[in-house]
Parts: sequence; C-alpha cells; structure tokens
Amino acid sequence: MKWKTLAAAMLLAALPFTAQAVEPDEILDDPALEARARDISKDLRCVVCQNQDIDSSNAGVARDLRLLVRERLVAGDTDAEVIEFVRARYGDYVLLKPPFKPETYALWLAPAFLVLFGAGAVIIVLRSSRKRQVLNRLSDDDERLVAEILAAEKEGRS
Amino acid sequence: MKRAMAALPILIALIFGAFFLWGLNPDRDPNAIPSVLISQSAPDFDLPAIEGIGAPGLSRQDLTGSAEPVVVNVFASWCVPCRAEHAVLTRMVERDGVRLFGINYKDKPEDARAWLENLGNPYERIGSDLNGRAGIEWGISGVPETFIVAGDGTVLYRYVGPVVGAEAEEKFATALAQARTRSGGNS
Repeated sequence: MKWKTLAAAMLLAALPFTAQAVEPDEILDDPALEARARDISKDLRCVVCQNQDIDSSNAGVARDLRLLVRERLVAGDTDAEVIEFVRARYGDYVLLKPPFKPETYALWLAPAFLVLFGAGAVIIVLRSSRKRQVLNRLSDDDERLVAEILAAEKEGRS
Repeated sequence: MKRAMAALPILIALIFGAFFLWGLNPDRDPNAIPSVLISQSAPDFDLPAIEGIGAPGLSRQDLTGSAEPVVVNVFASWCVPCRAEHAVLTRMVERDGVRLFGINYKDKPEDARAWLENLGNPYERIGSDLNGRAGIEWGISGVPETFIVAGDGTVLYRYVGPVVGAEAEEKFATALAQARTRSGGNS
C-alpha cells in the first residue's frame, strides 16, 4: 500500500515537467492528425528562441506556426508538404535536421572524415613505434656467430 | 612523404585557426537567420485596412508597378523599438521621398489607431495582420522588420530589428541606394 502512495506522489511531482507549450485550444479533435502535428512540430525550429522546437516554445511565432501546421494537416497535406510549406518561408534554417545536399556535405560528412582521419593517424603512429622497438633476441646470423666464438673460446681454453 | 606528414599538424592548425577566426569575428551575428526571401518574389498576401485611419489596406499588388523600390515595414503598437523606429521612417518618407508601406502585425485596430494618431502616419498603405499569417508569409521572426521591394516585386533587402542608430540607418540607406540604382538601370 505504501509503495502505491509513493508512486502516486512521484507521478504528481513529475507532472510539472511534462508541461507543454501546446495550448488546449490548439489541439485538434482528430488524435491521429494531432499526433502527426506534434511529430512535425518537433522537427521545426522556433525562429525566435532558436534551438528550441516549435512544439515546446512559448513564443508567439511558434504558436502561429503550430496553428499553421495543424491547419495544413486538416486541409489534407502530407507531413512532407507541411514541412515544405514552412521551409519555403523560413528556409532550411527552420529544419532541426538539415537536409543532405551540396551545401551541407561538409556538415554531414565531417564527423565521419574526422573519425577516419584520427583512426588513420593512430594506426600510423602505432605502426611506426612498433618498428622502432629494439629486438631482444639476436638474429639467426648473430646467434651462429656467438656460437662460433663461444666454441672457439672453449677450444682455446681446453 | 615524411616531409608531407611533418607539415600536416601545421595544416590542421591553420584550418582550425581560420575557423576560429571566422567564428570569433565580432561582426558576425550567430543568431542571424538567413532570409529565403532575398532575390525572390514578394509573397502573396492581401490585408484589410485598419478602420478609421484613412489609409487603405495592403496587398502584394500594391508593392509592384512603380519604378522606384518601396519599403515595407512590419510594426505594432505594442512593440517598443517600433516607436523609436517610427521617427526614422517618418524622416525617410519626408526627406528622401521613400514610398513606405506598413504591415500592422498582431495589433488591435484601436491600439494601432491610437498609436498612429499619437505619432503620425508616415505609411502610404497599412495592412492589418491580425492573426500574423502575412507575417509568416514574409518569414518574419518578430517586429520590427523592414524590407525593400523592387518595382517588379522582387524582395531586395531585409532588415531585422529597428532601423535606429547611425550604423543601422547607414546600412539601410546603402541598401536603399543600391536598390534605386538597380531599378534605375532596368528602366
């Protein structure tokens, strides 16, 4: 019984953190459309409080864009069409996930390139340091030479 | 090969150094949003007039047709910097003969009317954008914002924030002069 009370208390305590910028009057009656609108809103950047998506932003423009997204969905647009509608007015900047195109090749490919470059550098450094290691065993020729000298010394002594 | 490898750290340092130099440049505004409208045709919009001020509403057709470039200013009575910018815009109209159009962004008509009666109306036409939809069409992120539109309806310039202060006014005047020579060259 006690743990149930505790769980309820924790749920209640966590409630404020789930607070949304989406206001009740914005929410669509159709849950499927509303879910799509929420998904789209999470991919669109708010142009006022940058680095926040419009789904969680309280800025006036973000609210307008949320309403616009819902309006387009109700009008029968696909998700891609809605995003394109906003992108046409605010540019690629409004997309939280930048598209893959010539202008953004550096952005998308630089991490992979840097990893490859770093791995290559590590391999080269390790290889060259192993080559420089001093051998702690004589070569076969040296071994034979040592044996000969030792044998000659033995003979001389006896 | 060995020599090329030895030059590599310097090369990397140079590349990163150049990047930092660019990133730390005080003139660069990391919050600036590139406008997609520049060199594009002005968006389609049709806004009603604010009742009782005597200036007609504003639509896209009103921006085109003249040889001179026109200035479109997005303003609101609740926007404090707009009040400071109002004097600059009024001076531009009276002294430089600029054709100025206004988009009254998300403003109650009675508030806008009082604001214009108080400060004077430098705008030739004012469209009342109550729900902010025309603002989205123009891709604005707040008020005030000011655009220069060529006679053929092409957006030439966008200024985000109030055109107030010597630096901002000079920037805007330069852009306007360039827009005028451009349209002068065409005709």
